[in-house]
Amino acid sequence: MFAFCTDPSVLSTPAWFACYFTTGKLMLFYGSFGTVLLLLAITAPVALAFGFAGASAARARFAPLSWLGKIYIAMVRGVPDIVFFLFFVIALDQGLEYLRHKIKCPDWDQPIRQGSDFIVCQAAKLPLSTAPQIWHEIYGFSLAVLTFAIVFGAFAANVLFGAMRAVPHAQLETAEAYGMTHRQTFWRILIPQMWVYALPGLSNLWMVLVKATPLLFLLGVEDIVYWARELGGAKTARFSDYPHADWRVWYFLGLLVFYLAFTRLSEIALARIMKKLTHGQATMGGEAQRKAA
Amino acid sequence: MSCWDVVADYGLRSLGIGERLLPRDDFTICKQVVLIGSGMIWNVYFGVLALISGFFLATAVAVGKASKSRWLRKPSEWFIFIFRGSPLFIQFFFAYFLFLSLKSLSPIFDPFSSAWLGALVVLFLNTAAYSGEIFYGALLSVPKGDVEAADAYGFSGWPRFRKIVWPTMLRLAWPAYTNEAIFLFHATTLVFFSGFPAWQQRGDALYYANYFADKTFNPFVAYPILAGYFIVLTLLVIALFGAINRRLNRHLPQARQSRVRYRPNLMR
Repeated sequence: MFAFCTDPSVLSTPAWFACYFTTGKLMLFYGSFGTVLLLLAITAPVALAFGFAGASAARARFAPLSWLGKIYIAMVRGVPDIVFFLFFVIALDQGLEYLRHKIKCPDWDQPIRQGSDFIVCQAAKLPLSTAPQIWHEIYGFSLAVLTFAIVFGAFAANVLFGAMRAVPHAQLETAEAYGMTHRQTFWRILIPQMWVYALPGLSNLWMVLVKATPLLFLLGVEDIVYWARELGGAKTARFSDYPHADWRVWYFLGLLVFYLAFTRLSEIALARIMKKLTHGQATMGGEAQRKAA
Repeated sequence: MSCWDVVADYGLRSLGIGERLLPRDDFTICKQVVLIGSGMIWNVYFGVLALISGFFLATAVAVGKASKSRWLRKPSEWFIFIFRGSPLFIQFFFAYFLFLSLKSLSPIFDPFSSAWLGALVVLFLNTAAYSGEIFYGALLSVPKGDVEAADAYGFSGWPRFRKIVWPTMLRLAWPAYTNEAIFLFHATTLVFFSGFPAWQQRGDALYYANYFADKTFNPFVAYPILAGYFIVLTLLVIALFGAINRRLNRHLPQARQSRVRYRPNLMR
């Protein structure tokens, strides 16, 4: 990066770090923090939408739909979330390719699963093998986002389902007495009131989501864990301009500090939102605020 | 080869007993069920030992955080913040590479860089922090009247804590602590995906499930088997902790007893 980095004598001085921290590889490492933030920014609303759909389905009067919603909510209870992560990435990929295969190659006569192979026609591959590298990366990242959204959608559905039940039942009965239809009651009475009850659960979920982001590494995305392992490993003078010993422990210490700072910031921000939302509410929190003022 | 032969060959494979090589072809359902089940030994090992050892540290940390002395309170608060505020996955990685670096300083750290001890230490500290926070919350909600009554009867210091405060704290914390136990068992699946090597392919249940899913390129068999095992394990934990909960609450009238309910707010 800097001009003095070409001078070999700099290797033993503190200026060496200025050179080290601005190498191209380290830039990729910094960029991967962006990947993590991007994942959070996309996953959080999508997972909330999934959760809303799941919770609404669980409340549906049409029994099969309600079962479907309840199964979705119950899905994450007994099984570790990492199992779902590993499962959905492959399952979604194969499911999508299978669908495309059915559409694009209707006259294919061989079975899809041959022993240990999963074979679809060339035109059904996702992304196409001729596609540029960037599409492969985008596809991998989208699969990861979708997987996160499905798993965290189930958690969110759990929270929202509980929040919908926490809304006082008298409110819904009053709405019906005023002649509102089921749909009107749901959208105009239930939904606006449930958020206060849902917020503690949802803010908890946000923290869990933040702390689940390193699992991106397991889904094959080049995220911060990947780069910390890559860059931290011992470098010899033969393979790198900047030789150093095994520094992975320092890299992971850096990640640890990053996550601690991130969760702390989230905690502060969420506490502010909670304070704002409870203002004037007929709950214990709102009452405490009124007395303090 | 009948299924019983498979059990004899692979039943204790995760401990290194039996067949040396993992199956390479002909992945029958029986093989997958047996080998993944064999891996569950490690999940149970990590979970049970971390829970038992973590319980004591958690009590100490909770008392420390509730203490009036700054010198006890601040370290407890930081301990809880560090382990609850960062992902367990990163903690595993960091601890593994830390132990690797320490290994060159002293041979005492040799066993720490293998999973059976190193990962156990991380899980122990992690669960101590999470349960410590639960116990702290419960400690603050111990009814004032109980403590005053204890004072009136002449209890103080250690006997008061041991006979009055601690049982009440446990009783109040138990539903949340049950969830912590469930999620601790779930967290044990991360061990072999986070730096700690599975020496001679002696891994946990997820390690073997992942092995089969990679080899057969079919996630629809191995992962549901693993899910089945974990559902059974979760039900066992709920049954055991429910029994303890009933014992802790046995002096209370029926209506006031708190039931153990699932709350998904304790994941890592």
